[in-house]
Amino acid sequence: MGRQSAVTTLEKAKARSKPSHAILVIGFGFVLLTAALVLSISFGAANISVGTIWDAITAFNPTLTEHQIIYDIRIPRALGAALVGSFLAVSGAIMQGMTRNPLGEPSIMGVMDGAALAIAIMFAFSASISGTSLMVAAFIGAGAGAAFVFFIGSFARGGLTPAKLALAGVTVGAFLSAISSGIAIHFNVAQDISFWFAGGLAGMSWSNLQMIVPVAIGGLTLAIILSRSVTVLSLGEDVAKGLGQRILLIKTLGVIVVLLLTGAGVAVAGAIGFIGLVIPHITRGLVGVDYRYIIPCSAVLGALLLVLADLAARIINAPFETPVGAMTALIGVPFFLYLARRDGRKL
Amino acid sequence: MNALIKKPAFKIVTLILLILLTFIVSLQTGAIQIQPVDVLRTLVGLGSERDALILFEFRLPRMVIALLVGAALAVSGAILQSISQNELADPGILGINTGAGLAVVIFIYFFQGSLTGVSQLSIFIMPLFAFIGAAFAAFLIYIFAWKKGITPVRLILVGIAVNAAFSALLIVIQLRMAPNDFMQATIWLTGSIWGSTWSYVVTILPWLLILVPLAIYKARTLNVMQVGTESAISLGVSMEKERRFLLILAVALAAISVAVAGGIAFLGLVAPHIARKLVGPQHQIMIPTATLVGAFILLAADMIGRNVLAPSEIPVGIVIAIIGAPYFLYLLMRTP
Repeated sequence: MGRQSAVTTLEKAKARSKPSHAILVIGFGFVLLTAALVLSISFGAANISVGTIWDAITAFNPTLTEHQIIYDIRIPRALGAALVGSFLAVSGAIMQGMTRNPLGEPSIMGVMDGAALAIAIMFAFSASISGTSLMVAAFIGAGAGAAFVFFIGSFARGGLTPAKLALAGVTVGAFLSAISSGIAIHFNVAQDISFWFAGGLAGMSWSNLQMIVPVAIGGLTLAIILSRSVTVLSLGEDVAKGLGQRILLIKTLGVIVVLLLTGAGVAVAGAIGFIGLVIPHITRGLVGVDYRYIIPCSAVLGALLLVLADLAARIINAPFETPVGAMTALIGVPFFLYLARRDGRKL
Repeated sequence: MNALIKKPAFKIVTLILLILLTFIVSLQTGAIQIQPVDVLRTLVGLGSERDALILFEFRLPRMVIALLVGAALAVSGAILQSISQNELADPGILGINTGAGLAVVIFIYFFQGSLTGVSQLSIFIMPLFAFIGAAFAAFLIYIFAWKKGITPVRLILVGIAVNAAFSALLIVIQLRMAPNDFMQATIWLTGSIWGSTWSYVVTILPWLLILVPLAIYKARTLNVMQVGTESAISLGVSMEKERRFLLILAVALAAISVAVAGGIAFLGLVAPHIARKLVGPQHQIMIPTATLVGAFILLAADMIGRNVLAPSEIPVGIVIAIIGAPYFLYLLMRTP
């Protein structure tokens, strides 16, 4: 494709994006997110009034149990949910854009199962695990899982169709989780690992947050820097070449961002699926096809969805917690079905 | 010699010999090794009481279950692959296993306490529950994949989705179980024939004796189905009716397997493939060959699972997934 027609394609795509909507989404998204965070902090085994929350933040009194609950448990949990939600949504957006695959997302592409296997190994082989080493293991595992799926995909005859990528992802996932289960059963840590796989924000602490905040800053910044290139890639490699993009560099950086964000998310919150699938699609519906808008909006909406899902997971079957990963799957599956039916002919 | 090796009959005889050989080796191995002489003595009733207990009460029923379940899954996969015209179809990938698993776990969760352990009654009710769950999953997949007909790709994608939804429900229920029940459920869900008894054999054998011959009887229809819908209609087969009947047959076979052996993935996919490579695509011969291949693989996988990490056991479903998934990926890479 020549440069001129590539530029035309890009212009057409830009014409189909809606920057004013993006501003609205981010504005309203932040308002809703704040409300959701307050709800999430006030609701729990002990319901706490908004006034008390305000007091705990402005005038923290360590002798009050309620202030302690808010400060030590509720706030880190709510903030953790918001961060992890934004990580997964942005990962999904980048994966879908780069692979031009509507079904791209971390939980069905081997990324999560890889990270989960690495964590299972850590659980089985070391008695005391530090948060940092868990996170490093999760990154390595996520990278290995993703590499596995893409390796299979790139050697497939007839190219990497969305259906093939989904099948390869599911199969690699089954393979990796079979090994995880074997480890879990052999070392008798099945329930520990299952609780953890199921996705849980219950264990979120300030030290967990401290670990993922740098990732958030680095990963999300890099994602926003890459966003223009992702838009170009999402229009096809011909267009990208026509515009003189360095495709290999962009893809490498994109993969690094995905691994950083997913690895960090899995390491602190377990395997939470389908946010990475659902949010980018909804965002695309709202703000159009330009990833400069999709990525920041996905971050806000992903945060909102996970905070709400985590809240729902606590309410539905109180005082027990429903695994948040199951919650997001139950929200995400109807959406997946819708996509599979809509794009059925193309797939 | 070469002509002989290529004959299907020769391949089938070789398969049967392989199964016999594995059977004999499997009888001797496990947490407790039994010498070949003692195996023989025990089989004719001259062995020690301990050996008799191990062989007749633990090892033999388990091995018979492996053979039966392997055969059932292979036939189920063969039918699914033909009616969906998709060689990558398999009861595990399509979520039928998870549907059956979910129903059984719900059953365990609500009734286990009142039945104290796996009682005689629950052994007979569990397959029924499994069938209901599997049929429900198949029904959902069929409904959601239907849009002016069924395309194979949509069938698989919808299967993946249904699988994910059922897995989510499964984990919700599982995490509410007591740790002990939980461990049992996990082992069972990954596919295990540990703890099989003769009553399991008695429960499923009559079903298989009806369903497997029925599948072979339908071989001609399956041959036509695999060619494709349009030519099938022009050949005068009333497609939708036949397809529904065969789908029910495949679901029933998968459900029976799940009820006694849990969620064993990939076997239903791999066995028909190997059979097709051995004897060609004609279902009259392919289905019987697939039953042998399936039975052989599951028997061998169980033996491996018992011995690799002995004394602790790897559930057979894990062994199959670790072997089967790479084979599936290989198939996936080759399919255009």
